[in-house]
Amino acid sequence: MIPAQFDYIAPGSVEEAISALAEHGDDAKVLAGGQSLLPILRMRLNAPGFVIDLGRIGELQGITEEGDTLVIGAMTTYAAVLASEAVGTHAALLSKAIQTVADPQIRHRGTIGGALVHADPAGDVGAPALALGAEFVIAGPGGSTRTVAGDDFFEDLFTTAVGEGELLTQIRVPKHTGWGAHYEKFVRVSHQWSIVGIAATVRSEGGSIAEARVGLTNMGSTPLRARAVEDALVGQPATDEAVRAAVASVAEGTNPPSDLNGDSDYRKHLATVLTRRAVLAAAGA
Amino acid sequence: MTITDDRTDTAAPELEIGKARRRKEDQRLITGRTRWTDNIQLPGMLHLAMVRSPFAHATITAIDTSEAKAAPGVIDVVTGADIKDVQGVNANAWPITPDQVTPTHLPVAVERVACAGEIVAVVVARSAAAARDAAELVDVDYDELPAVLDLKEAAADTVLAHPDLGTNKSAFWKLDSAEAGTGGDVDAAIAKARADGVVIEREFRQQRLIPAFMEPRSVVVDPTGEQMVVWSATQIPHILRFLISATMGIPESKVRVIAPDVGGGFGGKLQTTPEEFATIAVARRLGKPCKYTETRSESLLSGHHGRDQWQKLTLSAEKDGTVTGFKVELLADMGAYVAIVGGGVPVLGAWMFNSIYKFPAYQFNCQTVLTNKTWVDAYRGAGRPEATFGIERMMDELAAELGRDPLEVREQNWITHEEFPFTTVAGMTYDSGNYEAATARAKELFGYDELRAEQQRRRESNDPVQLGIGVSTFTEMCGLAPSRILGQLSYGAGGWEHASIRMLATGKVEVVTGVSPHGQGHETAWSQIVADRLGVPFEDVEVLHGDTQTSPRGLDTYGSRSLVVGAEAVVRAADKVIDKAKVFAAHLLEASEDDLEFKAGRFGVKGTDKGIGIAEIALATFTAHNLPDGAEPSIDADATFDPDNFSFPHGTHLCAMEVDTETGATTMRKYVCVDDIGTIINPLIVEGQVHGGLVQGIAQALWEGAEYDEQGTLVTGSFVDYTLPTAADTISFITDHTTSPSTTNTLGTKGVGEAGTIASTPAVVNAIIDAVRPLGVDDIVMPCTPERVWKAIQAGQAVSHEGERAAAPHFDEATPNQDPGAGSPSTTTEGSDQ
Amino acid sequence: MSRITVIVDGVSYTDEVEPRTLLVHYLRETVGKTGTVVGCDTSNCGACTVHLDGTSVKSCNVLAVQADGHEVTTIEGLSENGELHPVQKAFHECHALQCGYCTPGMIMQACDVLKNNPNPSEQEIREGLEGNLCRCTGYHNIVKAVQQAAGELSSQAVSS
Repeated sequence: MIPAQFDYIAPGSVEEAISALAEHGDDAKVLAGGQSLLPILRMRLNAPGFVIDLGRIGELQGITEEGDTLVIGAMTTYAAVLASEAVGTHAALLSKAIQTVADPQIRHRGTIGGALVHADPAGDVGAPALALGAEFVIAGPGGSTRTVAGDDFFEDLFTTAVGEGELLTQIRVPKHTGWGAHYEKFVRVSHQWSIVGIAATVRSEGGSIAEARVGLTNMGSTPLRARAVEDALVGQPATDEAVRAAVASVAEGTNPPSDLNGDSDYRKHLATVLTRRAVLAAAGA
Repeated sequence: MTITDDRTDTAAPELEIGKARRRKEDQRLITGRTRWTDNIQLPGMLHLAMVRSPFAHATITAIDTSEAKAAPGVIDVVTGADIKDVQGVNANAWPITPDQVTPTHLPVAVERVACAGEIVAVVVARSAAAARDAAELVDVDYDELPAVLDLKEAAADTVLAHPDLGTNKSAFWKLDSAEAGTGGDVDAAIAKARADGVVIEREFRQQRLIPAFMEPRSVVVDPTGEQMVVWSATQIPHILRFLISATMGIPESKVRVIAPDVGGGFGGKLQTTPEEFATIAVARRLGKPCKYTETRSESLLSGHHGRDQWQKLTLSAEKDGTVTGFKVELLADMGAYVAIVGGGVPVLGAWMFNSIYKFPAYQFNCQTVLTNKTWVDAYRGAGRPEATFGIERMMDELAAELGRDPLEVREQNWITHEEFPFTTVAGMTYDSGNYEAATARAKELFGYDELRAEQQRRRESNDPVQLGIGVSTFTEMCGLAPSRILGQLSYGAGGWEHASIRMLATGKVEVVTGVSPHGQGHETAWSQIVADRLGVPFEDVEVLHGDTQTSPRGLDTYGSRSLVVGAEAVVRAADKVIDKAKVFAAHLLEASEDDLEFKAGRFGVKGTDKGIGIAEIALATFTAHNLPDGAEPSIDADATFDPDNFSFPHGTHLCAMEVDTETGATTMRKYVCVDDIGTIINPLIVEGQVHGGLVQGIAQALWEGAEYDEQGTLVTGSFVDYTLPTAADTISFITDHTTSPSTTNTLGTKGVGEAGTIASTPAVVNAIIDAVRPLGVDDIVMPCTPERVWKAIQAGQAVSHEGERAAAPHFDEATPNQDPGAGSPSTTTEGSDQ
Repeated sequence: MSRITVIVDGVSYTDEVEPRTLLVHYLRETVGKTGTVVGCDTSNCGACTVHLDGTSVKSCNVLAVQADGHEVTTIEGLSENGELHPVQKAFHECHALQCGYCTPGMIMQACDVLKNNPNPSEQEIREGLEGNLCRCTGYHNIVKAVQQAAGELSSQAVSS
């Protein structure tokens, strides 16, 4: 319950944070909202020599609109995302998913960037970010920045494209104005990580699905996007039967974990049922 | 002094008993002015961190403490070898047979560890952080030994949890109604039913649970005074004091134990713990106050666990549903050590598997077994939830087999209210009850017939969400316990309880109770009882407890005993106060004692308006200016009460569960319980006990289970994986009461602390099975996770297509789920959908 | 060691702390606010919930150094002028506590729920408290207490 000793650094800017990272390398851990990092430190599953707190860097917080894109600072808390009318209007899927993250206290502190870089495959932010086609802005040494597309961001269990000495600074989410959205999270008790979660957002035209985006939580070592299902849904009426057929193959090629909450095959079955429900709910059916 | 009653004649004061008094305890708890053990800071106090074994079974070959000792702030690092002669022992106080195999349980292991989490060294430092840091520097070499983890494998004795003992079988305990003369021969009844009746055979798993009280255990020891003071988050300060003295060689008079505010227990804090003994040993070694507070992970790993049984059950009946015999064969996991009452917990089921029914023949067999897992002991209900689950699941199975309503089959077999007192086939005499009344009220509140109709509609329409109705008509024995009976069972202590009442000069009343609350609200309920008994204001009563200096005699709180045993002692002490005061009243009123009557706190002279209040007598006693010649100037009184019998609360619980057949997810739709707990002192407190008990029982059915991996590591070692329900997972309950006062105590009370937990687990599981029985499912192992429910449905449907019954996936293939000679499929299908 | 200044229950404290010190340990051991308790090590139980700048947080999941320059309210700072907060009152009235160990966190979170949603439904209350574990009450009376407090607070708001 007491972390090992570390030195604490609270840089005031991204530039300062990057230089602190450069100085301390892999002996440093970045503290965003801390809602996953602090339990890890308390349980002594990790004992970094330095903790670099991004909490005092104002430029990393907040949500702005740039044309057809929502720009969300990496240090924006879940609560701030939920409170944002812009997100609710243009990226409803993100709001729906974040509503299900942990509990209110955690959502007050936890940050969207922290969750994405932590890259827990059972976390609820990755799948909707992928489904919405988000891009990730990463700052590196010497004021450099690069932008990584969703599909390239999540590399493996707890591993992303954010390299040593780099920081995720922004999440750029293409607006999906007018799209219906639903996040179907399956848990045994409410404060659990997702056993399986399905993020679905749908643009409907005259009772049919014109476009669909589907992301999967905890169906592999990273969040996944179900493109085949998205394609199969296009042009389908938002009926139980049609959607059932279109999403039937959603678990194909996935490799979900087996644990106390369910084995891999059960998760694959769940994904099939929950995707149907998520898509129908997103389509307002 | 006024000795004439100048008050206008008022109506009798409102009785406190039965009033929904808000609790006296709350003020400090809602404002944070609490005194948890971990809040205590003493000058120069040292902090302990435990080094624990990561292995389930291993020999300790070497411990190198040098680096830890050199770490900043570290005062000492103590191994088992360092304190082996002074650390005491974790005693088993209830050897259930004379030849029980009982491994020695040292607080800090010396040569060998027998489960993961056992303490191997104690780091003592000036801060908790420094102790934690240095604990990582203690270098322990282990030689791993083969570990036995599975209960059935352990019973086969192929791998031994304690090689030196030669067996894993700790004790075998049997109750046979034919041998005891309380009933017939169960094997004969079963044989007869195989020929011309119905036999139901099932094997049920009672999973391992963790009490998971909210306050982690903590202990502070101050060895610097004449009396060593031990503060502990315990349910049992008196028993702890006795065992510290008995096992550590410290005179009992030199030990003071204090249970300050204690944050829940549920049986989990009725242990004397290795952590307590280790802290005492270290504090005495260093002569300094020491504190140890566990982390939640340590709590889940090393605090005792609960339940963990296999139950092989055989029920025989006539074809008309009249039960003719019930045979129970239990395997009960003790874990690595036989805990304080570890062996006795499953044995308590002996008197409860027959429950509310008139079974003519009965046999109970219990084999306790040692494994290399965390020790097992009482958890809310202790023995009775296991028994209630077993019989209530079986009664539902019998009803399903016969194609009849489960309440109807129960009624056919239960004791009717005219038949009380009733001596059961297990030899217990139930004093009072009315199962018909509780059931009728529960059905009404539940809307039983409407829900059955909805269930039928959903079945007919193949609704993906099916509805099930679960029944549990339970009774339990509580109020531990008549000392004579405990003696016959070789229990290491009595079951009496003690109380003192001190009448203060200012008219206030101090009540000292020997029970030790940790959330139950005794301060409030005892005040209500004393207020009525002595006729003093509720606010004038102060209840003291939990400190062996103020409350020198007591046997503490567990087994729903506080009210029926502890409060009865209070009542009797109050009556003695009245008797003593009466002598003084007669003297002061210059009247004969025979002419006095005591009412509403006042002795009045019959037929006159003369009288004197008890507070005035208390003042007169204090001044002692005018007392009868030779009188001892005190009206204080003590009482020790030893009950003649247990109390037997009962109730009918009805649960409606929705099962999403596509995912296996279950949702509670409605829960109604009507409990008969005798006279109610405070309905608010009673309801609270019922609600909390219900959720713990429901949690066993749906969410909780302690799981180990093949290495003997506890996988559910934190609240991330040991999934307690939250507010968002539970519903609001409908509760009500019927009242058949107990005849075994003055107030007519029965225990309520465990009732909800005992009753609710089978109600929930029966409801889930009822929902999916048409899909070929007749059992799902607990906790009924969505995955298990869904897989049972898949297996049931697969098997149903072949025209056979479904075997639940957890069943051992060698033990058939259904005796082929009993109900054949053709007899089961008729009317099985009602 | 780091020097921090934190306002706790209206009083400013300046202390030297190790950076690894959790806010809950700082509150309990340095400031003496033992009303706030620790119930787990994985941030599931919520017993340590306090308000940080008016918003509920689990104080085991915040470093004391992160609270530097901020304001903390604990259960001990909730009542004003000796008057219990309506949520405290409702917990007492509805018998929403037994052992009381989860109670400080539960009350602090209930206040947060009502601040954001003055008229919550039963389901909204239940979900608002999903980060707080209680082992005694079965939550039934806690939910009732929050409902009662909601009524009390909204009538206060109307009359003021």
